[in-house]
Amino acid sequence: MTREKTDFWVGLFVLLGAIALVFLALRAGNMSSFSFAPTYQVQAHFDNLGGLKVRAPVKSSGVVVGRVASIGFDNQRYQAVATLDLEQQYEFPSDSSASILTSGLLGEQYIGITPGGEEKMLKQDSEIQYTQSAVVLEELISKFLYSSASKEGGADSNASPASKP
Amino acid sequence: MISPVQSIATLGGRVRRGITGLGAFMRLTGAILIRSGVALRRPGLVTQQIHFIGNYSLLIIAVSGLFVGFVLGLQGYYTLNRYGSEEALGLLVALSLTRELGPVVTALLFAGRAGTSLTAEIGLMKAGEQIAAMEVMAVDPIRRVLAPRFWGGVIAMPVLAAVFSMVGIIGGWIVGVLLIGIDPGAFWSQMQNGVDVFNDILNGVIKSVVFGIAVTLVALHAGWTAKPTPEGVSRATTRTVVTGSLLVLGLDFVLTALMFSN
Repeated sequence: MTREKTDFWVGLFVLLGAIALVFLALRAGNMSSFSFAPTYQVQAHFDNLGGLKVRAPVKSSGVVVGRVASIGFDNQRYQAVATLDLEQQYEFPSDSSASILTSGLLGEQYIGITPGGEEKMLKQDSEIQYTQSAVVLEELISKFLYSSASKEGGADSNASPASKP
Repeated sequence: MISPVQSIATLGGRVRRGITGLGAFMRLTGAILIRSGVALRRPGLVTQQIHFIGNYSLLIIAVSGLFVGFVLGLQGYYTLNRYGSEEALGLLVALSLTRELGPVVTALLFAGRAGTSLTAEIGLMKAGEQIAAMEVMAVDPIRRVLAPRFWGGVIAMPVLAAVFSMVGIIGGWIVGVLLIGIDPGAFWSQMQNGVDVFNDILNGVIKSVVFGIAVTLVALHAGWTAKPTPEGVSRATTRTVVTGSLLVLGLDFVLTALMFSN
């Protein structure tokens, strides 16, 4: 076989490999969900992040408006701090609230943003003041057990630790 | 009757031979890597080897990938159906292919298809005294024969593994969506939600590169150290398949433990 012919077939072979990788990344993988739109970062402190992961979606009204950029622990306030990458095309009032929600009963966790009514908008490096922690299933069950136990005992519900909001 | 001293000496001799063999393997590896400049200076030699190793293995890899995808689709469907989560079939097929089956099965087939031919070729060159003739003509056989084959194998292997995974996913799609009738939207979206580009696909590619290096080196070493007789070449070919396959499976365990342990 001549040199040119070999080169042609090898080129085709390598091209096929590249196509396969692109197929895997775009069709099978989550490459297509990578957004290259310009973003701005805001921070939010939470008492409990639950099972939130980096790159989890940030949604508002069910639409993905950004991703969780990083997760850390604030040693001054003893709270978890999540940095969110929000896409620049979406703006939210500065008194919007962020809560950690779960898709489905046992699905992955994401951050939901509920817009507030303030005139000022969230900017780069601003902080979301109102946050709601993740619901931990074990706490929920123990709360339920405590409250039903205290009801049956006829004790005043104010003394029970579970009746705290 | 074997005396205790003798049996201890036998054991010692075995250990020594094992270590010597490993040392020879490493020296050959080093010699190939040092002389790899030829791959840049004469890329034609490497292209020829990619053609020989890669293009000729493409058919068997693609057909195997298709059937592995079919089987994954069927078996996955039977199991997932019990829990009423057939839509996760796409995720199951894609994750098992990109993480494990793609690189591993490709490497096993690669050892059988390309590794043996490399070993037999080099062993027969040795038996026909072509290697000795090269040395007489002051042509370095490691540079001229081994290094291009090494790089050809290392480049061809990830390409083949990627093709295997792609064809396998298409096979799973054919069985799951076309034959069984799972909703195609759920099939693909579950897959895209669960498969991470870096965690799963990139790690699979890294695995296939490592396997490519391992299998090609084993094949070259077996051919290079083969006894220059018909029997020696046939033994070397067998050794390539056995050692190469076992090495791939062992390395796969180590790599999986490193990559997916979190």
